[in-house]
Amino acid sequence: MAGLLTIFVFTLVGAAFVAVNLLIARFLRPSVPTTEKETTYECGPLPFGDAWRQFNMHYYLIGLLFVIFDVEAVFLYPWALAFKQTGAYAVAEMIIFIGLLAVGWAYAWRRGALEWQ
Amino acid sequence: MSVAHSGSADARRSGQFVGVIFVFIVLLVIAAVIGHLTLPGLAPVWHFLGAHPILNALVKAVVYVSFIALLVLFLIWWERKFAGWLQARLGPKHVGPQGMLQTLADALKLITKEDITPAVADRPLFYLAPFVVFVPTVLTFMVLPLGPHWIAQDLNVALLYVIAISSMTATGIMAAGWGSNNKYSLLGGVRAVAQLLSYEVPMVMAVLSVVTFVGGLSMRHIIDYQAQNGWLILKWPLIPAFLIFLIAALAELNRTPFDLPEAESELVSGFHTEYSGMRFAFFFLAEFANNFFSAGFAVALFFGGYLGPILPGIVWFILKTFVLITLMMWIRWTVPRLRIDQMMGLCWKLLVPLSLVVFILAAAWASR
Repeated sequence: MAGLLTIFVFTLVGAAFVAVNLLIARFLRPSVPTTEKETTYECGPLPFGDAWRQFNMHYYLIGLLFVIFDVEAVFLYPWALAFKQTGAYAVAEMIIFIGLLAVGWAYAWRRGALEWQ
Repeated sequence: MSVAHSGSADARRSGQFVGVIFVFIVLLVIAAVIGHLTLPGLAPVWHFLGAHPILNALVKAVVYVSFIALLVLFLIWWERKFAGWLQARLGPKHVGPQGMLQTLADALKLITKEDITPAVADRPLFYLAPFVVFVPTVLTFMVLPLGPHWIAQDLNVALLYVIAISSMTATGIMAAGWGSNNKYSLLGGVRAVAQLLSYEVPMVMAVLSVVTFVGGLSMRHIIDYQAQNGWLILKWPLIPAFLIFLIAALAELNRTPFDLPEAESELVSGFHTEYSGMRFAFFFLAEFANNFFSAGFAVALFFGGYLGPILPGIVWFILKTFVLITLMMWIRWTVPRLRIDQMMGLCWKLLVPLSLVVFILAAAWASR
């Protein structure tokens, strides 16, 4: 519980630090907005349209792969805390688990999910 | 004539080198004195604060945030100085001794700069992003063991906590990229997220290899184990684990071999193109603080944390961390940027399988 309380207080103080600094800056800085100043920067030419479009499909694939490996990591953390009691049996089981994962990873590579174009 | 000129420049540089090392030693001595004096002297204060959990946490949080701010002032100066030496120039030298107050002057400048928000930006996201990037940084410092008595709050799941919290930065970067409504920013944002997610996997596996030896997830466990069995880097399966961790940490920090999210020559400035003034400053504050944290985390995991003879723990910790940070800066100013396909390939085709193998080796070694 002490841990949760400290996390909460640290979050608040961290956010307050940002907020206070931005507030101080608000009183110190000039503010003269013009139309040109408020356009988005595209190296000089006038920007056309907005940036909210579809982006590369590969980011989605990377996201999927990450979820698989992260779930694996979530399984392995409790295992890493307890495997010394069960010894070689637990290690063998974990190697099979990682082996299965490695097959999936090899399949993803074979199908070109890891290539970036 | 040019020879004589370069000779005198060399002399100036070496004179500066001595000066900077001197400043560094003075700072270390101050840290040592503070480390020694404050703890017994302030015992009644700690006792009083310890009795009030909220007050206690509040004081710690304020101390840590100030520590981060001061640390970053120093780190930016050190980075610029070090980059100067690597490139045979002087670096900042006019404001304060050896240019040490240059960063402070820059901060003062940034605070008086106009804050421009693009008219087409998604304002809530745009304003929220600096908070989401900076707050996780403060939260990760919470579990960093700076010295035997200098840990704000040890958690029984500290390692898992660090991995979970530190990847929250990706959300803030994505919010900045998306909220700016700028094509460069958006590209920088999605690149940053893809990079952070990818390198998270080998990093998690490297940390997991440490856990197989230690058998605990709290910082106290890790340091105690190293106090009894020597530094974890000396266990041979953990040497590749450390290298994987270092590469993954560089990628997570968006530092130069992997600085694609903010690649100047391609994306102007990446996800913080549209930010100016203090909002911009907070991205950099978080970046440098994360740099210190990653190095400190690696020191705690592999290099015995604050353990060391004679000198107080915090001095050892800061010394080791600065050696590692300087190594990271050295890499940054030496190695050119990777292409995005090389970067993704390095992670998914080399580091991920390698980290799985290292993890199996570490588990097998630890279970003997």
